[in-house]
Amino acid sequence: MKADHELDCVGLYCPMPIVKTATKIKELKVGEVLEIVADDKGIKLDMPAWCQATGHECLGMEEEGKEFHVFVRKKHD
Amino acid sequence: MAEKKEKLTIVLMHGELDYALAAFILATTGASMGMDVTMYFTFWGLNIIKKNDARIGGKSFIEKMLNFLNRGGAKRARLSKMNMLGLGTYMMKGMMKKVGMPSLDEFIQMANGLGVKMMPCSTTCGVMGGLSEETFRPEVSSLAGAAFFLNEARQSSVTLFI
Repeated sequence: MKADHELDCVGLYCPMPIVKTATKIKELKVGEVLEIVADDKGIKLDMPAWCQATGHECLGMEEEGKEFHVFVRKKHD
Repeated sequence: MAEKKEKLTIVLMHGELDYALAAFILATTGASMGMDVTMYFTFWGLNIIKKNDARIGGKSFIEKMLNFLNRGGAKRARLSKMNMLGLGTYMMKGMMKKVGMPSLDEFIQMANGLGVKMMPCSTTCGVMGGLSEETFRPEVSSLAGAAFFLNEARQSSVTLFI
């Protein structure tokens, strides 16, 4: 999957990946895709839940070793 | 996203590090999820939002004694279990730092940056040695009573008592 922006959250635990994603997504334009890289397993359920609550689109997740790559499309300002 | 912002209200009654961390993790996450977050601090929970270097105040001898023994400040918060005269707390803080977790002080600043409202309970402030707004960190807004909290909780989709 191709992303317009990347956010490195490797080594960070809940709630930091979510807090950082919420801050970072403000910098994106509507329609752009953010790739979040994290190694906290909680992200597997947390990011889809965050998307559901905020209305952004969770496009999918790729696992690479211990890292999770989550793709989120910004849906609104 | 919902037209109207969802609300999250948290009461923190405990003054220990573990309880406070749980409260601030949920508050910062809620704010990041687009929720309107209000934190209400009562009884020992007040210690968490006192200034780290607050002056020991009080009108009477008893009030001064209480504020001396109960100084507060996020940096002084201890674990509710396994404190072991401070050794346990020291080790836990070290472990948190090692995995890159923010300290309680940093969580309070982060919550403020995310727009979390922090309010001390006016009754407890009165009972526990006449604490005023100057006792608390600059991130803290005005004192409020039970009616204010209940009115917030009434409109919240999530209310937590920690």
